[in-house]
Amino acid sequence: MTTTREIAIQTEPFVVNFGPAHPSTHGVFRMLTTLDGEVIVAMEPVFGYLHRGIEKLAEERTYGGCIPLTDRLDYLASMSNNFAYCLAVEKLAGIEVPERAEYIRVIMAELQRIASHLIAIGAFLNDCGAFQTPIVYMIREREKILDLFDMVCGQRLTYNYMRVGGVSQDIPEEFVPALKKFLKEMPGWIKEYDRLLKENEILLARAKGVGILSKEMAINTSASGPVLRASGVEWDIRRADPYSIYDRFEFDIPTGTAGDCYDRYRVRIEEMRQSLRILEQAAAQISPGDFRSEVPHLVRPPAGEAYGRLESPKGELGFYLVSDGSIAPYRFHVRAPAFINLTALSDMMRGWKVADAIIIFGSIDICMGEVDR
Amino acid sequence: MTTALSPGKIAKQLAKKFPEAVIEEGADSLLLKPESLLAVMEYLKTSPGLDFDYLNHVTGVDYYDYLEVVYQLTSLKHNHGLVLKVRCYDREKPALPSVYGIWRGADFQEREIFDLLGIVFEGHPKLRRIVLWEGFEGYPLRKDFL
Repeated sequence: MTTTREIAIQTEPFVVNFGPAHPSTHGVFRMLTTLDGEVIVAMEPVFGYLHRGIEKLAEERTYGGCIPLTDRLDYLASMSNNFAYCLAVEKLAGIEVPERAEYIRVIMAELQRIASHLIAIGAFLNDCGAFQTPIVYMIREREKILDLFDMVCGQRLTYNYMRVGGVSQDIPEEFVPALKKFLKEMPGWIKEYDRLLKENEILLARAKGVGILSKEMAINTSASGPVLRASGVEWDIRRADPYSIYDRFEFDIPTGTAGDCYDRYRVRIEEMRQSLRILEQAAAQISPGDFRSEVPHLVRPPAGEAYGRLESPKGELGFYLVSDGSIAPYRFHVRAPAFINLTALSDMMRGWKVADAIIIFGSIDICMGEVDR
Repeated sequence: MTTALSPGKIAKQLAKKFPEAVIEEGADSLLLKPESLLAVMEYLKTSPGLDFDYLNHVTGVDYYDYLEVVYQLTSLKHNHGLVLKVRCYDREKPALPSVYGIWRGADFQEREIFDLLGIVFEGHPKLRRIVLWEGFEGYPLRKDFL
């Protein structure tokens, strides 16, 4: 016989929609969560609200004309997108890049990594409840990087700076001194974040041990970037499959041990330090020369295919291009790290509470422009 | 540096275990028979010395005569890579086995290929449209769509 008390505590799972327009979803993203009380039983990511059909649009454009499209994938790391696409086209067409251009590209990619990680960490802390204060600190530093980008290409978000065979214009004279000034200041700022946050009791309580992604699961779900490394896999394409001139620089690959939200946050902080190391070496080694090799206006790669990839701030960013010998790519596929990193999200969230779901989602650092394409 | 394993060598190794699985050896890829795809993938993932534990990406290409699906594999342990392909000649009802059971990473990517190219991955537990809405007509990445 059922007593009144048993009826009173009987619960049923119910479905709650997070988003698509919700402050914690970093864009237009919907989490279809099934809750048992406050605990998440199942979660299904729903996206596509920002799908612009970039892969199809690119098939109608010339190889050079696709570069502005790549800006609009991960718009928080446009330089990395430009870089990855140019790598793929150069691989497809067998184009050499002058040494100075390689250095410029590496400098831009590493600055971009710092800028992207700053937003990732700031938004993550926002999600943790450290509302607005940390992100304002981080935007303050990102602003200096955007000033540097502004100096080289006149843009602050969608740069369209790299070209097949090099970059669109040489860096101005005042760039390297400005970069060196930034490199002198930045370590102090990272120290400041650490002083405020590294052992912050609230952050530790909210993020440590939350949203664990095991090493096996991370590999099996094709996670990449800081998400994979926080789970203890030492895999960085800059080291594993060096592209451009990354074999010339000394840097470490920070990894986590637990694979929780806190580890993902720490890995990003440490990666910023490593990026600064690379930048210092690059700023010291860069020498005068050509910034672009002689490439025809309309690139016509021979029929074939190529997969060019690099370590973007969010993970393995690759472009799979198929050429039929014409001036436009026959197939233009983006291996988007943020999209694939979402695969394990539902497993990471299961069993955690609603408030933790926000943090877990924030810790994997996604950009909807890249997820939807 | 990630070494691209020579498709010829792998083909020889596969021929011992799965005769007739490999249709063609390309310069940098292997073309497989759809029927033996899953067995070959399982073998590549588990056999010592190969250990392809990481699926970089899966994507599809429309070549008018057939639809092709490309798998890029990497072994994080040995740092080597391999590209595999399968073809689907039926444009009306293209179907291939799903590698979801071997690499969960294929989950969203197979759904995306289904969504945009219309290839049905048999064995995928929740094959639904992913970026387009339910009820959308046609498969936009096909060359005859637009």
